[in-house]
Amino acid sequence: MTTATNAVEMRGITKRFPGVLANDQIDFAVMTGEIHALLGENGAGKSTLMNILSGLYRQDEGVILINGRHVELTSPRDAIRHGIGMVHQHFLLTQSQSVTENVFLGLREVSFMLDQQRMAMEVQRISEQYRLPVDPNAKIWQLSVGEQQRVEIIKVLFRGAEILILDEPTAVLTPQEAENLFITLRSMAADGKTIIFISHKLEEVLSIASRVTVLRNGKVVATQSTEGVTKTDLASMMVGRQVLFQLEKPPVQRGEARLRLKNVSALDDKLLPALHSVSLTVHSGEIVGVAGVAGNGQRELAEVICGLRPLTDGVIEVAGESMKRPSARQMIDAGVAYVPEDRNATGSAPNLSVAENLVLKSYRKPEMGAGVMLDIAAMRRSAASLVSAFNIVTPGIDTPARKLSGGNLQKVILAREISGQPQVLIAASPTRGLDIGATETVRKILLEERSQGAAILLISEDLDEIFAISDRIVVLYEGKIMGEFEAQEADLTQIGLLMAGGRDVTHSTQAQV
Amino acid sequence: MEFAFLVTLLAAGIRSGTAILFSTIGEIFAERSGVLNLGIEGMMLMGAVTAYGIAFATGNPWIGLGVAILVGGVMALLHAVVTISLRADQVVSGLALTFLGSGLSAVLGAPLVEVRTAPRLPNFPIPVLADLPILGPILFNHNVIVYAGLLAAPLAWWYIHRTRPGMELRAIGEYPAAADALGINVNLQRYAYVVFGGMMAGLGGASLSLAITPLWIEDMTAGQGWIAVGLVIFASWDPLRAALGSYLFGAIRRLPLDSQNLPFFLANPQLGYFMNMLPYLFVILLMLISARSELRRRIGAPAALGQPYVREERGV
Repeated sequence: MTTATNAVEMRGITKRFPGVLANDQIDFAVMTGEIHALLGENGAGKSTLMNILSGLYRQDEGVILINGRHVELTSPRDAIRHGIGMVHQHFLLTQSQSVTENVFLGLREVSFMLDQQRMAMEVQRISEQYRLPVDPNAKIWQLSVGEQQRVEIIKVLFRGAEILILDEPTAVLTPQEAENLFITLRSMAADGKTIIFISHKLEEVLSIASRVTVLRNGKVVATQSTEGVTKTDLASMMVGRQVLFQLEKPPVQRGEARLRLKNVSALDDKLLPALHSVSLTVHSGEIVGVAGVAGNGQRELAEVICGLRPLTDGVIEVAGESMKRPSARQMIDAGVAYVPEDRNATGSAPNLSVAENLVLKSYRKPEMGAGVMLDIAAMRRSAASLVSAFNIVTPGIDTPARKLSGGNLQKVILAREISGQPQVLIAASPTRGLDIGATETVRKILLEERSQGAAILLISEDLDEIFAISDRIVVLYEGKIMGEFEAQEADLTQIGLLMAGGRDVTHSTQAQV
Repeated sequence: MEFAFLVTLLAAGIRSGTAILFSTIGEIFAERSGVLNLGIEGMMLMGAVTAYGIAFATGNPWIGLGVAILVGGVMALLHAVVTISLRADQVVSGLALTFLGSGLSAVLGAPLVEVRTAPRLPNFPIPVLADLPILGPILFNHNVIVYAGLLAAPLAWWYIHRTRPGMELRAIGEYPAAADALGINVNLQRYAYVVFGGMMAGLGGASLSLAITPLWIEDMTAGQGWIAVGLVIFASWDPLRAALGSYLFGAIRRLPLDSQNLPFFLANPQLGYFMNMLPYLFVILLMLISARSELRRRIGAPAALGQPYVREERGV
């Protein structure tokens, strides 16, 4: 391969963080005009490598060539000058400013006094040229996630980027939005732009990229064409072992209704309505998946059921008992277990030990001590048995929870919640950020609980997850239930449209053109 | 009679609110950039004492004014180093600055308490305009420093909303990582705005001791620095609303003084004590109102207010 056709060539890149070798002698080359996927699990070093290429981090060793010329990238500004633009996974947009202001931010060519109208027209021009429709005068907070992503792309294009890095761009999009993004990316590549696409979703990589580089533990495993490669091949390269995609899932044995919401409404943190008259039922022995794009009331739904957020209207019934103004304590006593979205802040007490975290919900029971006194020995026995039952990898039960990996911390939380033999289990994005192995384990645990007769409400933005283990699927959009499906009969397109607020297929496709 | 009283009160309010206005505008800039500075009270006191002392020593109030601005800037620089570079807690550092300022100003100012003859900043009735009925006395017959305040608010608004650096200022307080990724030097700009905020507080203090109540007594700001911190929230970080709040506060502060000669208060002198409470009740009321309206507002406080910015989160 000659360097002349390579838009980007990174040679022998090494980057160390305290205690971590994030990139280890990585060689990475991308040809001009191709869509190149960078695949790897969380922590494989993808983002670090791309942060080096976009000038945010500085490599400890190695060299970078852009269009065959050796470059030093010491700041994002340097990278921009060399035509490299990055669309970050967490959008780098200031919510209170307009689209135009976000596009022009940091440009030195802008005159001291702003000419808002001319600036908006220039944004409009780029937006039309690349078919990225967005209102230049809208404030960022008024935009949908898909639109915000377009602003990010316009931002880098406006700076003359020839090499675009997209960090997990579809993570927050509905399937339709993702498809639209792919159309845009393909046409940009056809225009000669070079696109680096970071992902850990295998189907996506196979559908959009012409070549793929797989990273594992900070090293390159392979760089190859996506032609003739299967999902299984990629997965085993990524994980380093064979992966099963189908979990064993026994047929559903629906029991009595364990959790019932009747016309439940609630407010969000800004005191704006977040849930509108939500009604749903979860039976013993089934998993109900709640699909939806982030920020459509998922968090509020989970918190309302767990007694962490007051209802403004409606009733919640747990195992036939109706709760009008439930507190968290009442809900725990009624048998509601909660695996929250945020493992570190809500799910665990990071500075307490693994043992303490494991008994956080059971320490009030008589076997854990009398009165205000705790029976430390009993606590430790209970914790130790949970650690071995759930295969939690930890140096010891006295290790602070914050030192555990994401997967093991999630196992601690699941162990704690499940050990109380819950009637109802609320799991919010239980596998977010976990690697394939840990994801498998968590899903297996949930399916096992289902067999034990628990009623499980799975709230997730990951449609693959919803489809993998749910028996029934409901779609949440702007705090309303848009539809309900039996999992076997559910259709991905239909659900995607409902997630975007569309009611029927023809109407919504027109709206997106 | 009542009408003349109202005109006097408004004129006095604008005059009296000027010191707070400068400090509030300065704090708006610091907070917009993401740095909370609770040291305003201390910086105002130091500004007031140095302005008065230097003006007395040199016989020139303008030199006093300049030095007060410098002193405010240097004190704020201390806060900037501690909170931006060393990433210490902004609340603690700001409180320390206030304690430092009030203590140091009391010591430095002890010999000045007896001095009553330091030169003042001049009054300047604007020709023609000052003779207008009603508007003339309210707006155009003031000390020069008052005009500076009247101009500062719209100028600050224009800078924040209509210029390129203003756009960057709003970004670094809202989402510093976004600004950084676009090549804006977040910490350098924060330094600049924190120091600017200190200079404005120094100016606020100087306008007290050189014009508004031209003398030096220990603790002469009497909490005005804290009120400025509160007004920033009331103003939702907007200099024009800050002007409104400052002048309103100035008027309420003057109310007990100007009203004591009204027949009603002459008859009931004991009510004066309650009148003296008004400024503080006013601030509590403002905070209650703004707390409610802010809750429903999408854009209020700069989102990154109070958080130091570090690029490589995973450590270097």
